[in-house]
Order: sequence, then structure tokens, then C-alpha cells
Amino acid sequence: MNTFIISAAVVLLLVIFFLLMRVGSLLSILKGSYSKRVGSSNSINAAMFPIFFVVGLALIFWYSGKASEFYLPKSASEHGIITDNLFWLITAIIMIAFIFTNTMLFYFPYKYQFNENRKAFFYPDNHKLEIIWTIIPAIVLTVLVIFGYKTWTDITAPAPKDAIVLEITGKQFNWIVRYPGKDGKLGTYNYKLIDATNEVGIDFSDKSSFDDFLPREIHIPKGRPVQFKIRARDVLHSVFLPHFRQKMDAVPGMPTTFWFTPIYTTDEMKSITGKSDFKYELACTEVCGKGHFGMKFLLVVDEPEDFEKWYGTQEAFLKKNPDYLANVPLEIKSLAIK
Amino acid sequence: MSSIAIELEKSKVHDHEHEHEHEHHELNFIQKYIFSEDHKVISKQFLISGLIWALIGGSFSILFRLQLGFPDANLEWLKPILGEWIQNGKLDPSFYLALVTMHGTIMVFFVLTAGLSGTFSNFLIPLQIGARDMASGFLNMLSYWFFFASSLLMFVSLFLETGPASGGWVIYPPLSALPQAMSGSGLGMTLWLCSMAIFIISSLLGSINYITTIINMRTRGLSFTRLPLTIWAFFVTAIIGVLSFPVLFSAALLLVFDRSFGTSFYLSEIYIGGEALHNMGGSPILFQHLFWFLGHPEVYIVLLPALGITSEIIATNSRKPIFGYRAMIGSILGIAFLSFIVWAHHMFVTGMNPFLGSVFMFLTLIIAVPSAVKGFNYIATLWRGNIVFTPAMLFSIGLVSLFISGGLTGIILGNSALDIQLHDTYYVVAHFHLVMGSASFFGFMAGVYHWFPKMFGRMLDERLGYFHFWMTFIGVYLVFFPMHYIGIAGFPRRYYSFTSYDAFSTFSDLNMFISAAAIITFSAQLVFGFNFFYSIFKGRKSTQNPWRSNTLEWTTPVNVGHGNWVGEIPSVYRWPYDYSKPGASDDFIPQHIPLTSTPESNLPHEIEEAKTEVVQ
Repeated sequence: MNTFIISAAVVLLLVIFFLLMRVGSLLSILKGSYSKRVGSSNSINAAMFPIFFVVGLALIFWYSGKASEFYLPKSASEHGIITDNLFWLITAIIMIAFIFTNTMLFYFPYKYQFNENRKAFFYPDNHKLEIIWTIIPAIVLTVLVIFGYKTWTDITAPAPKDAIVLEITGKQFNWIVRYPGKDGKLGTYNYKLIDATNEVGIDFSDKSSFDDFLPREIHIPKGRPVQFKIRARDVLHSVFLPHFRQKMDAVPGMPTTFWFTPIYTTDEMKSITGKSDFKYELACTEVCGKGHFGMKFLLVVDEPEDFEKWYGTQEAFLKKNPDYLANVPLEIKSLAIK
Repeated sequence: MSSIAIELEKSKVHDHEHEHEHEHHELNFIQKYIFSEDHKVISKQFLISGLIWALIGGSFSILFRLQLGFPDANLEWLKPILGEWIQNGKLDPSFYLALVTMHGTIMVFFVLTAGLSGTFSNFLIPLQIGARDMASGFLNMLSYWFFFASSLLMFVSLFLETGPASGGWVIYPPLSALPQAMSGSGLGMTLWLCSMAIFIISSLLGSINYITTIINMRTRGLSFTRLPLTIWAFFVTAIIGVLSFPVLFSAALLLVFDRSFGTSFYLSEIYIGGEALHNMGGSPILFQHLFWFLGHPEVYIVLLPALGITSEIIATNSRKPIFGYRAMIGSILGIAFLSFIVWAHHMFVTGMNPFLGSVFMFLTLIIAVPSAVKGFNYIATLWRGNIVFTPAMLFSIGLVSLFISGGLTGIILGNSALDIQLHDTYYVVAHFHLVMGSASFFGFMAGVYHWFPKMFGRMLDERLGYFHFWMTFIGVYLVFFPMHYIGIAGFPRRYYSFTSYDAFSTFSDLNMFISAAAIITFSAQLVFGFNFFYSIFKGRKSTQNPWRSNTLEWTTPVNVGHGNWVGEIPSVYRWPYDYSKPGASDDFIPQHIPLTSTPESNLPHEIEEAKTEVVQ
């Protein structure tokens, strides 16, 4: 019954709407507005443009102020501060260009709306003007490219030698993190060795793999460069650390990497953001299937000494899963058992 | 042009007309309306197909906006349409991805490539250059029917039990290559690839025809420097298409090999579904390079025709020549050239060599210069005009605004250092929906409103047009502007839900607002749909030149017949933008009026030209 009433109401509305349109056209014919160059709607449309612009601009400024605490979370990495500054600088420049061009674009229709007694100004070109508005954007863009180039090369430069290294592997639909253990060297891997337990295919014929450990969340120390070695097991994924302004695709068959230096511990971020439950999060940003939106992993930034403590207490994969000792070649088995 | 050449031209034209008389016999219904070789019928076929696809693609966006804006809503009422894709009153996450993928594919290829170029290149090229039809009517007919076949396959894929292709419109392998990775990568993906292969054939047939026609079949006196900017835009668009679509074809072909014949072009070291695959040595990044080598020019394949249409409409309705005609041509050519060497800006964070990133950042930002020139020239055209606000003019001004707003954020995204944070977030979604999606759609709509009288001999209702414009214009800004905030906050694209993240737990109110705005904007399109179909049959009858425009199509009869002009094709004696010329009695002088008959308004160099002018 309800459906019937709703559909009847909709049909009735449409009929009324249609009749209004017909009446409108008939009125226009009677008034003779079709025989004139423009009807009264011309000035209404002309006025709508500046109104739209002023109201729209007011809304933009109002909302940008109101919501400022929600967008662009505070940067927690060294290079993030630089990219944030660059972002706001360019945003300011494009806002100026936006306001300047749109002001003209929306004011001219109002100012130069049709008038029977006026003729438009025949003005096919002006080379000086055209050269000016070619060169000014070119100069501004060159400056921006130089800033961007400098920042980009700094961020993508090879990781410092003393960086903490960890490996992160994306799979449908979670992340697996591996640390090199006490020897500071990640063991080699082979995707053909992957099984339900050895999820990243660690190759135990390499002795640097013996002390590798796979924790449930990432820990990194504050103030030291950290390098992520990124892999994917099945399809493309992408490691995104919004607070650290870092992102890199995880590609099957092609290891990738990024590095950054965290500047606030998780506890410091709690007081900075005022959220007692603040956590650094890692998200996937390359569509990878049904569970793409659920690939969350947690990351903790510790004070360096807390990090060392945590690192020391982690148990190696091989210790936790002694079955894999069978894969260790005989001649180095003694090293593995130790 | 020397008089001998003119004589030759003239005899050629006579020959052509001679042939034409021979051809003229009664066509049956099928030849006339279905397998037609007439460019005007083919353009209407493209138009109506494009509009139907726009309705489908648009409604998909409403479905996923429901999920994003109202994640707790009960969608059980959609069950009669969506069936098993609704589970416990919720959209299935796989289906969400399928919707996103199909929305992108449909809008980019079927609506804004086939619908926009197919409609207006076909319709306007012969009419504006003074030709009786396309160079090859048969290839042109094939172009539409290949498009139809491709549409059919894509449409069928929507009804598969495993769903249509779902890995995003960019179909990056390995996700798209492995059926075990997601259900949409099974038969749905196969159909997607077949459909796109056929689509590319259609696009190439069309483009070759457009290029040939424009080069060879311009009427007497219509040199390249007298072409309307619409034709320039269609010409360059067709060239871009011919050069870039084959690359997508090869990318798709290699993907077909990987999927079906066990090759390893894109696959390497993959462990999925409990087994290690044999593929070694391939590179998923190779696919991205090939895809974006088309994918980026594709942006301009979509946008340039819209800009061309806008140039024409803004000049006509400002009653002023387009400002900087030659600079406009130059910027079209510049944009077209640059569009081929910026593709890797979509790949800054794929692990590509950082040095390449720097190179592509530099090239990308150069493209802002010709784009800025176009923006300024549009504004300068409005300055001191005498502006008539037809619905087409409103949509054109809207396009310029969207082009500027969306283009400016490109300066941020093109900067590789800033792209790290914003890549694959809603900031990108906002950027390309404004600059490419909405701007091109506005160009499309402007074209429909402007040339509807020429197509159907009747006018669209103006007041419905005004309503449609303001609802759409305000709506588009309300939908896409707020996405910048969400993007800056880091919200990733193609997420079914954000609730599991603390970092993305804000802005649920803004997402709701966007969804509501999207629903209202979409509903306003239905008003247009009504206006369109109603006016075809019941609209007010058009006059011969309702917009008082200069170009040749308005010299044809109100209801254009086969062959376009009754009697001889008019010659062209001037550029298309002689609006409000000082001294002229009226505020426009059509292209076919000789300089010798307008001595009162000729400029100094035209007085010289008029001395040697030969009037046919």
C-alpha cells in the first residue's frame, strides 16, 4: 500500500511538473519572448554566476576553517614537514590563481550580459597580453618544479647506512613484517618456499635468516632513519603511512623501498593530537581485491631505548617453528640451533 | 588560391555531385536508420548510446555513493534489482569494486570517448567543413557497429554471476590476470578485454575517417587557418587516438596471453590460492607503462573535443571572436604533444626509478602552460562581449570554471614529492572528476544543447535547460569540492568502508553530504533526459540559424537531408569568428559571405585579400 501511495505521488508530481512546463512555454509564446533575442531569463542567469561564486567562496573559507583539525594529520616524519610546507605553499598559490581567474570568469557574464543597444568589442587577439600570460605561469611553474625536484630527490635518495631495516610483504589481505634479528641482515627468500606458516618464503639455507623475526606490529625508534623493504606475494598492494607522508607500491617480483625518520613517538602523538588511543596506522592504497579496505597494520614509534628492549625480546621465527629446522642444510644446522 | 586550382576544385565538386545524384535512391528503413552510412544518423546513434551508458554509469556511482555516504543504511529495497549483490541489506564488497570499475570504464570510454567524440566528430566534421559526408561512410558505419558490439559485451558482463571486471578501470595485473585473486577477474575480465579490443577497433575506424575527411574534404576556401576550433580539436583528438589506442590494444593482448596462454609478461613470483605460480620474470609495471601511454592521452581524447565545442559556443554567444585563435590552435597542439610524454606521473610511487619521476614531474608541469593559455583566452573572449545565455553557453562557462578548478590541483598532484601523500586518495578523485570527467561532460551537454536544433530540427526547452545547468553545476561542485578535504586527510580511493581505521574515521558527515549532493545532481540529469526525448518529437521548431552563428552547418536546411546541402556546397571566404565586426550591420558575418560583399567591415588586410577574391 505504501509503495502504491509513493508511486502515485511521484506520478502526480511528474504530471504537475509537465503541465507547468507546458504552461510556461505557452506563456512565453503569448508574451512573444521567443521572437526577442533574449528573454528575461538572460539577466537572471547572468546574475546567478557572481552569486554562485561569492556564496561558494564563502562556503569554502568557512569550511576550510571549521574542518582544519580534520584534514592533513600532523606530520610525524622529518621529510613530511618539508612536503607539508610545500603543499601549503602551492595550495596558497593555486588558491590565488583560482580566485583571480574565477572572479573574472563569473563577473564578466554579469557585467557583459546581452544588451540590444550595445555591440561586443571586436578583439581577436593581443600578442603582448598572450605572451604575458604564457610566461607568468611558466615562471611560477619552473620555481615550483625546482622546489619539488629538490624535495623529491631528498626523499627518494638511498637510505642512510645506519637505517633500521625491516621487510613488509603484502598479501590478500594483510601485511607480514619481518625484521633481520640481531645480525642486522634479512635472510634471503624464495616465493616457492611459501606455505601457511612460512608466509614470506624465508630460505633457511641462508644463515642470516636464522634470527629473523615476524612481529604482529611494527616498532621503530624515534629519530633514526627507518628503511622499509617492500614486497608483494600475490597482487599489487601499496604501503601507505599517512602520518609519515610515505607511500610505495608493493609489486610481486619487484622489491621496492622507502625510508623516513620518525620524529614523534606514539606517546608524544597522543598528547599532540589529544587522543589517548592514538595509533599509527598503515593502510593499503592499491586496489587488491575484496578485502582491500581492511588491510590495516599498526605501527609503534618508541623511544630508542624502548625500541632496543623490544627488539631484544622478540623470538626468532625458527625458534617459534622448530619444524623448519628440517630445511636447514646439515653443515650449518649447529648455527641454527644455537 | 590560383584560379586554375579553383577550376580544378570546381570540376571535382561537380563530379562528386554527379556521383551523388546517381547514389540517390530510396533507402529502406534499415539502411536509413540502422545500418546507415549517413554521418548524421551515425552521430545520433552514438549520442543516444552514449546517453544510455551515461545513465547506467551514473546510476552505478549513486549505488556506491550510498555505501560511502550511508554505510549503515539498509539497502534491502535494492534486492529486486541487484539480487545476491545485496547481502544482509549491505552492498557486497566485491560488487562495490565492480561498481567502481564499471563506473570508470563506462564513463571514460563509452560516454566521454564514444559518446562525445563519436557524436560531435561525426556530426560536425562534414557539416562544418562543407562536405557531403565522411570520407568513408561504410567505415563510419562499421565504427558505430563495432562500438555497439563492444557495448553489448560490456553490458552482458554486468549480469555474470561472478560479476563484471572489478580491479579498477585501470585493470592492473596481477589482480586482473588471476581469476583466483578476485571473482571479477574471471569471465568478467575476459569480456572486459574483448569488449575493449572491439572498442579500440571502433575508435580507430572513426579516427582514421575523421582525419581523412578533415584533410581532404574541406570546401573551397576553407584552409586550416579558417577551420572552426571544434574541427581543430576533433582533428587533433583523432590523431591522438590513432597513436595511443593501439598501445592499449597491445597491453590488453599481452594480458590476454598471460591470462589464457601461460605467458609471463606481467607476472612474476606469485603465490596465490595456496600455490606458487610458475610465472617468472614478468613485470606488472610494464603493464602500467603501456596502459598509461594510452591512459594519459585518453584524458585529452576526452577533454579536447569538449574544449573545441566550448570555444565555438563561447565565441558565438559572447558575440565576439574567440580571443587568440592561433594561440588556441597552438595550445591544442602543445597539449596533444605533451600528452604523450607525461604518462608516468600516474606512477610516481610504483617503485619506478626516482630520476624518471623527476623527468615526468617536469614534463607534467609544462602542460599547465598551454592549459593556462586556454583558460585565459576563454575569459578574454567573455570580456566586453554581449553575452547571450543559452543553456549551451551556461554549460560552456561551467566547463571553463571546472577546467580551471580541476586543472589547478593538477599542479599539486604533478609534483612528485606531494603526490606521495595524495596518490590514490580522494584528492585524485576530486582532481580528475573536475578537470576531466565533469568538464568533458559539460562540453558534451553544451554540444547537445547547441546542435540539437541542427540534429532534430527542433529546440530543447530552454527553461528546463537552465534548471538542468544550475542543478548540475552547483551539484558537481558540491560533490567534488569536498573530496579535496577528504583526500588531504589521506582517505584512500576504492575503499568500501573506512570504519576500521582511526586515521580515516572522521568526515562521515561530509561523505554523507557528498552522497546526498550526488543523488540530487543525478536526478537533475533525468530532467535533461525528459527534455531530450520530449523535444525530439514535440520541441519548438527551430529556425535555420537559431544562435546566429557563422559556421557552415547553419547554412544547411533546417531538416538536413542526405548530402547536407541542397545544390552546391557553399564556399568559405573568411574565418569563423567574425562576430560584432566594426562597421558590419549585423553582429555576425557567416563564413560563406565573400569579403567583397562586406566592404564596410573589412579590416586592412582583408581589403587587400578582397581585391583578388574569386567568388564562386
